[in-house]
Amino acid sequence: MSPGPTRTPGADLPEHPDFLWRDPEPKRSYDVVIVGGGGHGLATAHYLAKNHGITDVAVLEKGWLGGGNMARNTTIIRSNYLWDESSAIYEQSLKLWEGLEEDLGYPILFSQRGVLNLAHTLQDVRDSVRRVEANKLNGVDAEWLETDEVRKVCPIVNTSTDIRYPVLGATYQPRAGIAKHDYVAWGFARRAHEAGIDLIQDCEVTGFATDGDRVTGVQTTRGTIAAGTVALCAAGHTSVLTDMLGIRVPVQSHPLQALVSELLEPVHPTVVMSNAVHVYVSQAHKGELVMGAGVDSYNGYGQRGAFHVIERQMAAAVELFPVFARAHLLRTWAGIVDTSPDASPIVGRTPYDNVYLNCGWGTGGFKATPGVGWALAHTIASGEPHPNVAPFTLDRFVTGALVDEHGAAAVAH
Amino acid sequence: MQLIECPWCGPREEVEFHYGGQAHVPYPDAPAEVSDEEWAHYVFFRDNTKGRFAERWCHSAGCRRWFTAVRDTTTYRFERVRRLDDPGPHATELARARRSTAP
Repeated sequence: MSPGPTRTPGADLPEHPDFLWRDPEPKRSYDVVIVGGGGHGLATAHYLAKNHGITDVAVLEKGWLGGGNMARNTTIIRSNYLWDESSAIYEQSLKLWEGLEEDLGYPILFSQRGVLNLAHTLQDVRDSVRRVEANKLNGVDAEWLETDEVRKVCPIVNTSTDIRYPVLGATYQPRAGIAKHDYVAWGFARRAHEAGIDLIQDCEVTGFATDGDRVTGVQTTRGTIAAGTVALCAAGHTSVLTDMLGIRVPVQSHPLQALVSELLEPVHPTVVMSNAVHVYVSQAHKGELVMGAGVDSYNGYGQRGAFHVIERQMAAAVELFPVFARAHLLRTWAGIVDTSPDASPIVGRTPYDNVYLNCGWGTGGFKATPGVGWALAHTIASGEPHPNVAPFTLDRFVTGALVDEHGAAAVAH
Repeated sequence: MQLIECPWCGPREEVEFHYGGQAHVPYPDAPAEVSDEEWAHYVFFRDNTKGRFAERWCHSAGCRRWFTAVRDTTTYRFERVRRLDDPGPHATELARARRSTAP
């Protein structure tokens, strides 16, 4: 275990191509209409074309492609989840990440620099070791590291015993990492466009036309579009859509804040997350320190959050990483995350025969991007849930078959 | 940091408060007769309104009492706060309460 090779900030950023995708007028009808042009919607479109030959597809985006949560996350990719159901979908997603650059023919700067999840109490240690063993049983790479090994992986972590929450060890997933989120969206968009899929921006869904238990069309700010199948991939705004359909979905939308520092020399070789003191940090390819916090407690759609959340997050960051004390904060923002009662996604059928739901990813949607796109495309194409999303049905809240990932998510929901 | 008006203590800083989610979610009248689906909706399903939302807050670091607020979830602005013993809920709150009982 050694820190990754020294990188020159910015040196590995590719040039932008001149042209990525068309900006078409919507047709009057599509076999499949995907609502939401973020990572999940674009990945679903890509795998519909690639795996199932379905290309009469529109992706509708109310703003610009990849401009919602896709542009606001902290880009962390890992699969070290506790429960079998979560482990299955996140690990398949991680395997897809490992081949994604080749699949998309586009650089996404996927960097497998590992993730440390720190433990600060005896109970943290026991829970972490338990998760490591569960990960191993599911074929997920995971190790338990003692404090001195944590220092070797990430020398700038404060491993002194003389801090309020000393680092007693960490779980380590070496295959975890980060990717360049914008390039991921653009890569999926480019491939979907090449397959003939229409990516329609500035097109907000304002209602649905229904006929009994089927949706016949989607009403938008750019006219009504008939649809054979509709997939909702709108993350934090999902319940705005399902309210129009009269479907209740047990999600609550919260602002989740993140921030970046100015550009710094490479100082931070891996990803570090701490649930107890609540901060997660990596260093972006250009050199910014990218930090995430927990969600704000209240419901919100405003794409900003409360200052005290950032204040606590920064206090934790400076104690864990004393070298950050002199870094300047460049900007802060928030994404709107749709949290579910069991901290797990909701994917699959709805009371409408031809409407599929994909929401409830809370703070963990980015890492799932290729995995859920793959599984949702399969579900749409076959009408049957892909095994990886079958446990995440809407009716689990009635049957009680919950996938309670609060303890393993490593961020507060 | 925003100031929140506690109906008993007056304006206090946001960090003194605890969020309690949607207001006016009635406990089932006849719990023994409620179906699994109705229980699920009582336990897990809440409105997720974009706009004016009636919700509960607790002044947990102050008087420790709960109250109702109507807050806009797009601007986060508190439009009004009301003590739980204040009769005559706002019409919007009543409408939301009725809607939240429907599965």
